[in-house]
Amino acid sequence: MSETTIEIQDLNLTRKDFVPGNEVRWCPGCGDYSILANMQKTLPVMGVKKENYAFISGIGCSSRFPYYMDTYGFHSIHGRAPAIASGVKLANPELTVWVITGDGDGFSIGGNHMIHALRRNIDMNIMLFNNRIYGLTKGQYSPTSLLGAKTKSSPFGSIDRPFNPSAVALGSNATFIARALDVDAKGLQESIKRAQGHKGASFIEVYQNCIIFNDGEFEAVENKATRPDNALFVVHGEPMIFGEENDKGIIMKDNHPKVVHLGQEWSEKDLLVHDETNQIITNLLLEMTFDPTNPTPFGVLRAVDAPSYDEMMIDQIEQVTKVKGEGTLEQLFYGGDVWEVK
Amino acid sequence: MAKKVIRINEATIRFAGDSGDGMQLTGTRFTEATAIVGNDLKTIPNYPSEIRAPLGTLAGVSAFQLMFGSQRVFTPGDLPDTLVAMNPAALKVHLKDLKKGGNILANANAFTDKNLKMAGWEANPLTDGSLDGYIVFSMEMSKLVGKALENSDLTSKGIERTKNMFALGVLFWMYNRPVEPTEAWLRKKFAKNPSIAEANITAMKTGYNYGQTTEIFTTSYSVEKADLPKGKYRNITGNVAVAYGLVSAAKQAGKELFLGSYPITPASEILHTLSGLRNYGVKTFQAEDEIAGISSAIGAAYAGDLAVTTTSGPGMALKTEAIGLAIITELPLVIVNVQRGGPSTGMPTKMEQSDLLQAVLGRNSDARIPVIAAQDPADCFDCAFEAARIAMKYMTPVILLSDGYLGQGSGPWKIPDPKTLPEIVVHHPDVSTRGEAGFMPYTRDENEARPWALPGTAGLEHRIGGLEKENITGMVSQDPENHQVMTDIRARKVENIKKDIPPSVVHGDAKGKVLVIGWGSTHGAIHVAVDRARAKGQSVSQLHLRWVSPFPSDLKAVCDNFDEILIPEVNSGQLALLLKAELLRPIHQLNKVRGEPFRASEIEDKVNEILG
Repeated sequence: MSETTIEIQDLNLTRKDFVPGNEVRWCPGCGDYSILANMQKTLPVMGVKKENYAFISGIGCSSRFPYYMDTYGFHSIHGRAPAIASGVKLANPELTVWVITGDGDGFSIGGNHMIHALRRNIDMNIMLFNNRIYGLTKGQYSPTSLLGAKTKSSPFGSIDRPFNPSAVALGSNATFIARALDVDAKGLQESIKRAQGHKGASFIEVYQNCIIFNDGEFEAVENKATRPDNALFVVHGEPMIFGEENDKGIIMKDNHPKVVHLGQEWSEKDLLVHDETNQIITNLLLEMTFDPTNPTPFGVLRAVDAPSYDEMMIDQIEQVTKVKGEGTLEQLFYGGDVWEVK
Repeated sequence: MAKKVIRINEATIRFAGDSGDGMQLTGTRFTEATAIVGNDLKTIPNYPSEIRAPLGTLAGVSAFQLMFGSQRVFTPGDLPDTLVAMNPAALKVHLKDLKKGGNILANANAFTDKNLKMAGWEANPLTDGSLDGYIVFSMEMSKLVGKALENSDLTSKGIERTKNMFALGVLFWMYNRPVEPTEAWLRKKFAKNPSIAEANITAMKTGYNYGQTTEIFTTSYSVEKADLPKGKYRNITGNVAVAYGLVSAAKQAGKELFLGSYPITPASEILHTLSGLRNYGVKTFQAEDEIAGISSAIGAAYAGDLAVTTTSGPGMALKTEAIGLAIITELPLVIVNVQRGGPSTGMPTKMEQSDLLQAVLGRNSDARIPVIAAQDPADCFDCAFEAARIAMKYMTPVILLSDGYLGQGSGPWKIPDPKTLPEIVVHHPDVSTRGEAGFMPYTRDENEARPWALPGTAGLEHRIGGLEKENITGMVSQDPENHQVMTDIRARKVENIKKDIPPSVVHGDAKGKVLVIGWGSTHGAIHVAVDRARAKGQSVSQLHLRWVSPFPSDLKAVCDNFDEILIPEVNSGQLALLLKAELLRPIHQLNKVRGEPFRASEIEDKVNEILG
């Protein structure tokens, strides 16, 4: 499957309905602004009533996000948002639950909750703001900072090997993985739509520029001039093509992805074709992330169908109730050996 | 020769054997038969934390004790009258506790040279006279079941495993208990394997007949029905009672019950019990860790379920930060701590009351929380119900303290009529509460509780979180005045709960020389000690605290009527520390941390010492 068809009811919502009107307090120029704006632009067309959204976050710059959405929101404690969101969804499966997290919140202190939320496939949408730095604590390296990164806590360069968050998501058996850029409105909106439409846990990794502590970390893909040659936007069923002139593509060579120039030697039919449902393709795209000879892949990297935990829980409650009947306190209390004192 | 039947008021029996000998099961079956006879009783298991410690070793001994009687029974008994010892290690570990002149029922076949050596006996105590002073019934249990089951299609190993049923049968005869309930239970349990059921029944009956016919037994005992309040009863462990109390509270509040929990000894049975109640709409979520256990529960509370997390001490430590979040977001949540010996991993299967200060004070910042403590297994039901009611009424997390002794121990539970359980009124605001300036999530009712506005309610969209919030509006606020106001409100909310605490009941005279104050599972031992002291004419009374935070409002007045206060605790003096600050007067302490509950006699001795 590639396209999720969802029936969208027009609720006459606009972006304004999702703006609470308080002052947004991220640093001027922060990539978070663009992500917020694109979320507020996308949700009105999703056919979900505004009161049915719950945004859950942990701690960090990104986790202020719920305060800036005029929906239900819970700014919780460091790293625990996926666990809190799990409880929210299981208590009220009617809700559309978003988790907003950062690379420190979601992959350092909260790594355990992240992998288990993805593994369980509880129907929620997890958006990771990956800026490869600790912002709120003012500039220490994070678990996604690259080797050698010079930060306040690694003045001689980081010796801490980084995570590739989307690869961790795949390792956690996530059923939906997308990667987007904070400056790419179209890609962000598409990721948001697809993630929310996906049943089960969806993971979106957003490359987000921290203008204060890690400015330019993603320059090669953020800069419009260099982006075409450094970013590969994958589309399900389409060959992997990129480049300023759409003149480059990805082939498989010696079991590794390799860039080739289209023209005389190579044509479109030689290229790898993206398949969201094929774990080997997703793996291959993720391998390109830190490889300087390959472009960085963006788009929906994986989308597969699997039963969600919340559905299975509701189903189990229904099935057991069907067999045993709705439990009463009398049945519960008198379930053991009972005797009477007269 | 006719056999004597002696009527006695109470008896204490301890079953001890190797962890693989099925002593917990044997004890439980004896308990059920005793409950059906109508005796009052209390039980306590005592088992190693290893699943299977090496066979025949002292470390591998598992035990189960019960006391039953024709009068009210408040503890599982101090020193047993009868000890079942299935091997030399069991005898070695437990002999020191047996009453002088008590009965020893031993499986002579297990007293081999190898087993004796492993247990540290230099010679066979069954034959060398070292048990003079006790009444020893040395029975070749393994051989006897082997003979009785020689035509069974069980393997010889399978036959050997029925020896615990033989021992049970002997005890059924000895204490005049019916075999039928166990017979029915075995048939049901092994419905798919009738030959195992029948073999066990045969072993039990062989034991029973052995008691009745062989000459080594001359006396059996009868214990009349206890004069319990009228009603229907069942035997219940504290952990099951907690689960039932929570299910009941959810029903009475019209809520779905959500449990977020991570398995931990000795609390896991609450998770197990609730996991089996899907047809009650119970949602159990086995989380990836303790933190996710409570965090998922906080999320469920936010979205409108009656939310609960269950754990023991080390798990409480991990949940600490999240408890603070529940306090500042003012969400209803029940946190159950079935305490065990600590610190750190400590003694997982042994009881202790040493998490009191952790519960009352153990968080960063000024973060008060109501704490309720159950006094016996059946009381776990009432306390769980009450904890849930208070949590939802006052919009606050509540800690329920139980312990391994209560959680895994059992006693009769007078089954309440579901129709008479208190109604729990829960109010969720709708859009009509939204004013012109929008919805105010931190407005207050008469108890200073904030509204429980649920996601999904149109027009009440709002944000909560761990950052300090402005009173009324719920906007993020770092204002100094506001922080003072909010800190004071949070403290007052806990104080307000005093309105829900009924007047203290003193057991004994309301005025006198010594008041013994306890909390939690020491209730039974204190009760027995106080009754014994009073029978001797001593001026001693008992006050047992159910709420340890806040204290009842009449606490000081009650204490002022006594010259001396004694607090026995299975910790190094935690309630005493709190009460010294509360009452500003000296307090006598009796403390022990041996992984076991108090004996009434220990408290009696301390009272004697105080009274000189």
